[in-house]
Amino acid sequence: MGHTDGPPQSVRPAGADSAPVLPSPVLSVRTLTKRFPGVVANDGISLDFHAGETHVLLGENGAGKSTLIGMLAGMLRPDAGEILVQGSPVRILTPRQSLDLGIGTVFQHMLLVPSLSVIENLMLGGPWWQRLARGAAYRRFAELSECLGISLDPDLPVGHLSLGQQQQVEILRALWRDTRVLILDEPTSMLTPQGVRDLSAVLCRLCSQGVAIVLVTHKLAEAYDLGDRVSVLRQGRLVGGIAADEHRGMTEAQMTDQVIAMMFDPAHAPMADERAILLGRGNVHAPSVRRGAAPCLEVRNISTMPRTAAHGLQGVSFDLRPGEVLGIAGVDGNGQKQLAEVIAGQRAPSSGTVLVGGKDVTQGDVAARRNAGIRYVTDDRLGEGTVGSLSVAINLLLKNVGAEPFWHRGIADWARIRQAARDDIQRHDIRTRSEQTLLAKLSGGNIQKVLLARELGKAEGDVKVIVFSKPTHGLDLHNAQLAHRRIRESAAAGRGIVLLSTDLDELLTLSDRIGVLFQGRLVGIVDNGPGAGAAIGRLMTGAVAA
Amino acid sequence: MNTTWRVLLPILLALLAGAVVLIFLGKDPLAYYGYVMERGIFSWGGLQETITRMAPLLLIAAGLIVAFRAGVWNLGGDGQYLLAAVVTAALAPALVEVMPRALTLVICMVIAFVVAAIWSLLPAFLRARYGINEIVTSLMMSFLGISLANVLVKLFFWDPTTTVPQTRTLAIADRLPRIFGSNIHIGILLALVVIILVHLLMTRTAFGLKLQIVGASPKAARHAGLKVGALTVVTFALSAGLIGLAAAVEILGVWGNVRADWNPAYGMLVVPLVFLARLNGLAVIGFTFFFSSLMIGGESAARRIGVPQDFVLLLMGLVLAFLALVEYLDHRRRQRLGA
Amino acid sequence: MLTQPFLVALLFGAVTAGVPLLLAGMGEQISEKAGVLNIGIEGMMLLGAYCGFVAAYYSGSFALGFLAGGLGGMAVASLVALLCVRLGLNQIVIGIALTLGAEGLTALLHHFQFSRTYPRLDEAPVLALPLLADLPILGPALFAHNPLVYVSVALVAFLGWAFRHTYAGLNLEAAGVKPAALDAAGISVVGTRIGAVLATGFLAGVGGAYLANVGAGLFVPFMTHGAGFIGIVLAMLARGKPLWVLIGAALFGLSLALTTALQVAGINIPTDIVQMLPFALIMLVLVVFARHSVLPAALGLPYERGER
Repeated sequence: MGHTDGPPQSVRPAGADSAPVLPSPVLSVRTLTKRFPGVVANDGISLDFHAGETHVLLGENGAGKSTLIGMLAGMLRPDAGEILVQGSPVRILTPRQSLDLGIGTVFQHMLLVPSLSVIENLMLGGPWWQRLARGAAYRRFAELSECLGISLDPDLPVGHLSLGQQQQVEILRALWRDTRVLILDEPTSMLTPQGVRDLSAVLCRLCSQGVAIVLVTHKLAEAYDLGDRVSVLRQGRLVGGIAADEHRGMTEAQMTDQVIAMMFDPAHAPMADERAILLGRGNVHAPSVRRGAAPCLEVRNISTMPRTAAHGLQGVSFDLRPGEVLGIAGVDGNGQKQLAEVIAGQRAPSSGTVLVGGKDVTQGDVAARRNAGIRYVTDDRLGEGTVGSLSVAINLLLKNVGAEPFWHRGIADWARIRQAARDDIQRHDIRTRSEQTLLAKLSGGNIQKVLLARELGKAEGDVKVIVFSKPTHGLDLHNAQLAHRRIRESAAAGRGIVLLSTDLDELLTLSDRIGVLFQGRLVGIVDNGPGAGAAIGRLMTGAVAA
Repeated sequence: MNTTWRVLLPILLALLAGAVVLIFLGKDPLAYYGYVMERGIFSWGGLQETITRMAPLLLIAAGLIVAFRAGVWNLGGDGQYLLAAVVTAALAPALVEVMPRALTLVICMVIAFVVAAIWSLLPAFLRARYGINEIVTSLMMSFLGISLANVLVKLFFWDPTTTVPQTRTLAIADRLPRIFGSNIHIGILLALVVIILVHLLMTRTAFGLKLQIVGASPKAARHAGLKVGALTVVTFALSAGLIGLAAAVEILGVWGNVRADWNPAYGMLVVPLVFLARLNGLAVIGFTFFFSSLMIGGESAARRIGVPQDFVLLLMGLVLAFLALVEYLDHRRRQRLGA
Repeated sequence: MLTQPFLVALLFGAVTAGVPLLLAGMGEQISEKAGVLNIGIEGMMLLGAYCGFVAAYYSGSFALGFLAGGLGGMAVASLVALLCVRLGLNQIVIGIALTLGAEGLTALLHHFQFSRTYPRLDEAPVLALPLLADLPILGPALFAHNPLVYVSVALVAFLGWAFRHTYAGLNLEAAGVKPAALDAAGISVVGTRIGAVLATGFLAGVGGAYLANVGAGLFVPFMTHGAGFIGIVLAMLARGKPLWVLIGAALFGLSLALTTALQVAGINIPTDIVQMLPFALIMLVLVVFARHSVLPAALGLPYERGER
């Protein structure tokens, strides 16, 4: 492996001092265009990326950021336009070519093999007929780790690492060869506040060594904190940017105003709550808990068996009162899924009890929990929440199959099922050709609307508790804000809300109290208010509640 | 491409590829196919045999449709079929001596259903409880069942009056009644009723929809509160039971006994038919007729033209492969058009 | 009953019956590691058996027979590679189709080539390992076999090493567990899987040829009788460790050899009962070790870039 001959202590050969005066760009794209069936994901985008600079690509979900980096990484092929590396045009048809050109990418979803060790993941990609060059790999690992200030055990299976550590492995891999450009797609989405601080330290070091960093995010605050230069994408087009010198002299509020002006027509300027989502720095929500009311949900000492790669719950207990939003923070994989499933009745706890309105429902299955007044809006909308190969109408009734009045003695009443679906489609503004359309044809936002319609609609019984799991994950601003509004409305209507989210800002914006799950334990519950964010950040790394 | 073509094209391509093989083997494909058609459909005797053969094939198809719709790969049909056949053949001649014929026939069918269903329980349980691939386990149980059926014939039900090991024979008068003086027994009517019932079950009832949800996405099924494990076991049992019923109909209607080492091996052969019909119970009737005539004609052709019956196996393999290929090409074409 | 001839017959037979299972199991293990569920392996063995027999029959060379068997298996495997790996068609459907097709094709070809006769090959050449072959009982039972037997066992060690110490091993693991990671590392997932499937076809084909040429000395239609499927189970239970395939194959070889050995010992029970043994054993093993059988996460799923 040739890169082991590279100079020590440096990610790439020296010579690109981060000069403030514009040097020629390391990487450029010119009128890059990519079409998908029905949409132009990237429409004539031209951008320059400079050495020693962090260039933030900003835009809502669906603005075309991921498509752009997909083309740079060799995962997608452009339909038109060109990519230039140090001024000369190149063709990037495969990930290998991208790597060979010195472009390293850290994708939003971890692309590591959990069953292989750290060092094996880093070695992945060599010629198949050769023996593994372990010695050289360990040397390169030591060199890069020192240079980035990272300490990891190279022989640990990646599946045993925390998500923050896995991301460090991804960054190591992206830098493994002589990398000139490091692309990171939404790198903070799964990190603890401490993890974000570590990441920005690493990025600073890389910048000072002359690497060009491309940072993709949909949060304005991150663009302000981490970026030197900002470009804003909207519906596949480049709609503006903030140059490096301009950026240095701005306050956060100034930048926010300017960027929002680029992202939206004046006519559709976002409202205050939308701005909060955009900024990603939570407006701290004033708690409004009715302490006196009897709890609508009591979770008592719940434990579950650990499953592969996820922590089991250990003695989780909390109360939830009507009208209260209880946020549950924590990095993914610390037991959130298990907690949601135990409350919804999808998973039997190994010990403990769940009470709804004072009634023990621990033994009840999903249907019994629904009748008791529990609803669960899952985050795995396509994999678990819906069946793509069935119609919208069926998906709206997925949790009521066989129930009156849509089925009589097990026989379907299709006319009634369709009518009910048409009503829901109208009431919840679900954009679909008809109720017979296969669900897989709907957009992500509309699939979320189907879920919300099913779980929050006028369904059977009295709704007491709603569990939301990552309700805005992957949605555009409009749909994210819609989900937030539904959560607020439900709370205002006197329902207890359990809001599981990895997005701390979202929790701070919506919750009355926030609990933190760490390795399957509820390590603390914090009343929302000034200073709550910092306290939660400490708890997320496993510090014991003060 | 419309649906008709998507279905006919794989069949035509398979027949064409088969013709190439025949030419390679020095046989005239037109003569072969012509003879098969003539013997399988266009002669009264052949047509009766074709329709008679349809009965077990349709019931097996019903069993496979139930399983495949629920995403359960029950490939252990042969073992389930043979065990049910042996038990039927052993019971029927004994029962008919102590009770009326109609009752004997019904009881035999019920028991055949139950025996085959029991034989599917272990793979069903392993899949439901531990997620172990049911293809492998049902195949293992199939081999086990085939051998066990032989052991039963040789050690327990050997008719002492015969030299080759076989069960006692049910007298022709005691078998399933014929339809209007033809040689076709009423098993075909039963099979048609069952396949239509299965079709209605899968398309009109909550139970069918639940199976479909489990088949399409076990995760979504769990989320919706369906009892995935229980549904898997019920599906497996129903699927195997219908295959057992097919065996009972074949024994009670046609053979009257089971000889050791007899194995028609229908289980895998019906798989292509079910996929051609896209798991639709009504459509499968037509394909079963086609395939049944191919089998009957092929059996005559083996004697007359000297192309062994195994050619039908090859044809069915080709049909299935071409079906998958045509589906793929059609899917790609639609994607391009949609872009 | 445990006389010397009985033990020798039993162990010798176990090796002979076990080698095809070992080869099929190792082959399937390579495919499964890479994320391809090779249900068509039965068809690969069958075509391998036929091609191997015909080549050995006409050339008189067993080595050529094994080579032809391997190529026959690869021919079926190349269809899996094209249809399942390249085009992403359903691996189970294609597996069934190929098994049906290979059954029909080999039976047809055999019929036209040999009519209803079943010609036999000469005794397979035997390589008695020096010193080891002189051991009592174990010598004639284990160390006086066709050279392919030793090659197969050596292959177990080689694969065990290669899985851990070559880039190919890493690539296979990644292709089965997280194909997108392999793709991002610049290695073609499709290429890796095609390589794996072809290797599977070759090994399964050689296994089939051994079954026909050495095990039986002749070709009979449908003669693999589920050996390929047993290979799938062995690979499933071995969890990526070739040594466990060897242990499993030895165990099932032993139960298959019991028929012949019992006849040598003069005990006569219906062969059907003994034939049930390996399958009963497998079901027993599956029930007992149910929670330990592990398959790669992406097994059976086609890979398309950009789908996550």
